[in-house]
Amino acid sequence: MQKTERYSGFGLFKHALRHHENWQRVWRNPTPKKQYDVIIVGGGGHGLATAYYLAKKHNITNVAVLEKGYLGGGNTARNTTIVRSNYLWDEAAHLFEHAMTLWEGLSQEINYNVMFSQRGVLNLGHTLQDMRDISRRVNANRLNGIDGEVLDTQQVKALVPIMDCSANTRYPVLGASWQPRAGVARHDAVAWGYARAADALGVDLVQQCEVSDILVEDGAAIGVATKQHGVIKADRIGCVVAGNSGVLAKMAGFELPIESHPLQAFVSEPIKPILDTVVMSNHVHGYISQSDKGDLVVGAGIDSYVGYGQRGSYPVIEHTVQAIIELFPIFSRVRMNRQWGGIVDTCPDACPIISQTPVENLFFNCGGEPAASKPRPVPVMYLPPRWPVGKCTSWRSPSPWTAFTVAP
Amino acid sequence: MLYIYCPHCEEHREEEEFHYGGQAHVARPKDPDACTDAEWADYLYFRKNTRGWHHELWVHAAGCRKFFNITRDTVSYEIKETYKIGEQPAISE
Repeated sequence: MQKTERYSGFGLFKHALRHHENWQRVWRNPTPKKQYDVIIVGGGGHGLATAYYLAKKHNITNVAVLEKGYLGGGNTARNTTIVRSNYLWDEAAHLFEHAMTLWEGLSQEINYNVMFSQRGVLNLGHTLQDMRDISRRVNANRLNGIDGEVLDTQQVKALVPIMDCSANTRYPVLGASWQPRAGVARHDAVAWGYARAADALGVDLVQQCEVSDILVEDGAAIGVATKQHGVIKADRIGCVVAGNSGVLAKMAGFELPIESHPLQAFVSEPIKPILDTVVMSNHVHGYISQSDKGDLVVGAGIDSYVGYGQRGSYPVIEHTVQAIIELFPIFSRVRMNRQWGGIVDTCPDACPIISQTPVENLFFNCGGEPAASKPRPVPVMYLPPRWPVGKCTSWRSPSPWTAFTVAP
Repeated sequence: MLYIYCPHCEEHREEEEFHYGGQAHVARPKDPDACTDAEWADYLYFRKNTRGWHHELWVHAAGCRKFFNITRDTVSYEIKETYKIGEQPAISE
């Protein structure tokens, strides 16, 4: 196997002298073997991260990632790139904060610029109850060692001068929670970076290989059937297929307590730098940041109904744009360039399921998709340590299998 | 925009007049106290989450405010039929 070339400023200079004609392929395009130690279904951010850490931290390199389309082409390419860890409950806070510490060193670790920018995230409060909830959450965060502050209207105004913080709006901004270490990261780069790093450690990244069945024998998963490459066997199988988790669970013969909904986002035409942080509001329901390229990245609520169509409904667009214009009247004449929908697998408590399943040797990472761009580095830490022995207790306590099957 | 036929009003109206009520034909257990935990959880949390033809409950919230069912494709969002509560769908997945 060819050694993966290291990216650096000097390397860039060297390649410039050769007119950039000799760049190494970023990853191989292997034909899958018939047998692996671990198969990961789904080549998005989470799947590739899992493969990378399996190889890096646990020395399990006989691994294949099976992707039905192309790497990072599903919901990884369809989020709004926000990374934060200011969650209320201990379990969620620990998960996302652990991810945050990984994000902070990620570009160096995988030698790929994921454009992680800790520009801070504001979660606005528009009612007194919002502000009480914000105080509670920030206090909980600080007790968990996560940075956070409660800001009043003036402090919010100072951070984002273009936001309408006057008392004359329908839902005046009363304050916000502020997490300075939060921010954004380039979603594609995360997938590509993990893919390249995993490939360098010997992981086979198999694109255009759609899993059509999960083979189960005596209650244990033994492999997968694929449309393009026939049966591929494995000792353990991980499914990291945001948006299709329920479909794969059915193949394995069990059901998940999740439903899939479209969550849409849109970006504007590129404009000059005007917004240097991330503003989120649950109350008027919209969130916005500006990418390095200059376009405004706007996120919206999910469609209420089950959908796999990867496009959102028009009423949601209208509501989101209303919220953004209410907060930022200055953006009222910005034109939107593109709009799309990702599919979020939503758990009743909106927390991810990262767990083994009723089928032996089969693991799922799903159900946390509304927040899934944040913990991308994490699955690893929770899944693989237990993979070699075929056991994985959930990071959630109680585990999802008991949380949703045992009455409180 | 979904364009939904309300079987009570007998009119097509825009999606915004309606609210989604989840998977249809989920019967509340007759005697919840007699349920096992698994049966109760199944009723509360586990849905089919179908990719394809999906029977679902809607309410005409800004109209007649009555509930009815829709058979809708969850990929193309095509609506095949709407029918009143108590009626059976023409399509069974």
